[in-house]
Amino acid sequence: MLRRRVIPCLDVADGRVVKGTRFVDLVDMGDPADLAERYAADGADEIVFLDITAAPERRRTLLDVVERTARRAFIPLTVGGGVRSVIDMRDVLRAGADKVSLNTAAVEEPNLIARCADRFGRQAVVVAIDLRRRPEADGWEVVIDGGRTATGLDGVAWAERAVELGAGELLVTSIDRDGTGGGYDVDALWAITSRVGVPVIASGGASGPDDLIRAIQDGGADAVLAAGMFHRGTHTIGSVKAAMAAAGLDIRRAA
Amino acid sequence: MRVAVVDYGAGNLVSIDQALQRVGADVVIARDPAAIEDADALIVPGVGAARPAMRRLARSDLLDPIRTWLADDRPYLGICLGLQLLFDGSDEDGTDTLGVIEGRTIRLEDAPTLPHIGWNQVDRRRDHPLFDGIPDGADLYFVHSYAGTPRDAGVALATTRHGRQFVSAVARGRILGVQFHPERSGRDGLRLLANFVAIARAGSARTAIRPFGVTA
Repeated sequence: MLRRRVIPCLDVADGRVVKGTRFVDLVDMGDPADLAERYAADGADEIVFLDITAAPERRRTLLDVVERTARRAFIPLTVGGGVRSVIDMRDVLRAGADKVSLNTAAVEEPNLIARCADRFGRQAVVVAIDLRRRPEADGWEVVIDGGRTATGLDGVAWAERAVELGAGELLVTSIDRDGTGGGYDVDALWAITSRVGVPVIASGGASGPDDLIRAIQDGGADAVLAAGMFHRGTHTIGSVKAAMAAAGLDIRRAA
Repeated sequence: MRVAVVDYGAGNLVSIDQALQRVGADVVIARDPAAIEDADALIVPGVGAARPAMRRLARSDLLDPIRTWLADDRPYLGICLGLQLLFDGSDEDGTDTLGVIEGRTIRLEDAPTLPHIGWNQVDRRRDHPLFDGIPDGADLYFVHSYAGTPRDAGVALATTRHGRQFVSAVARGRILGVQFHPERSGRDGLRLLANFVAIARAGSARTAIRPFGVTA
């Protein structure tokens, strides 16, 4: 039985893990390699490393920090932020990432998804989709540049298109909920998971195990991503996994 | 103990390098035939499709040395695509592969999601030193959509279920292959790599050292 995954997220700015609300007001949370090693030891199933200032600053991913992090955690590492070409992706994989997450660049140039999937296989291509609920209509709009720019794209349509182009996994973040602790946007998750056949990672808004459980049971998510609750120590990977197991979810017992 | 890890331009070698160092192996990243010749054991990692992999191996003049290595039954560990390449061919793009293990690489059948990404249970079909110290049914990390289907069920060391059951580890002599990624599978994965290094070491010392009390 394929296990549901718990994924701590390292939002990295200038080489340090930071936490903020809606991508602003950033607070230093520590060194990415230290945190990755600690989370892996705690039973994390994967690590997501997002260089959150790379895309807005229009620069490439910090490869040395990626490599330092990859060498400390013997669990899978997904890296996003600043990947705009097949060559960028190759360099990030060479630095020790197992998967690369494409966000802004994929919206601006959708064929990048296909080219990366052709070269490295779709299993290495995660498309990250940041969503904002439309205030006066049904559905969700895709936003880019760390939530700063609206695109007019419909979230569900973009998710389907990304999978057609070659995304092997989707990382779906609710920008409305991100950093608020108000729980994942379960409706958005369900709208997407009920339409695509690739694994979907839920992101944005988790404050405790009940949110993770709901994202899986009601949102259909295959994996759940959270940051602040683990960085701040409100919950540990071990404690949320115990709660998920008690709720009847299939999770990996850390070896 | 020198382990050559074949680099043919696809994917992450940092984690396999780091994991092998952790279990005490000297790692050589092999990009040409000379780097393979001096090695005691060979690891072919890799993700993605068979055709570009076979092309890149051929272009680096690595294909013939690998074929010779396999024909001599020297210690080989194929990881993910490195396992799939051992079969006759792949349905993913119709490419002929190394043909060391009879059977084809086919798309996972009846899978609820594809790619099959995440930790899944590896159930043992027979005992083998590659899995020493790893519990039966251990969760290991997978990232793939295709898997090799050996014609001879006897080569299967382990199976895993995602939709239908597929073969997740094989052994034929000292040619070994795993569909999961031991270098990304935490402590049990490191244990498997340590076991592979031990198997290779035992093989290379076979003629020189005999266990105490055993006579020829």
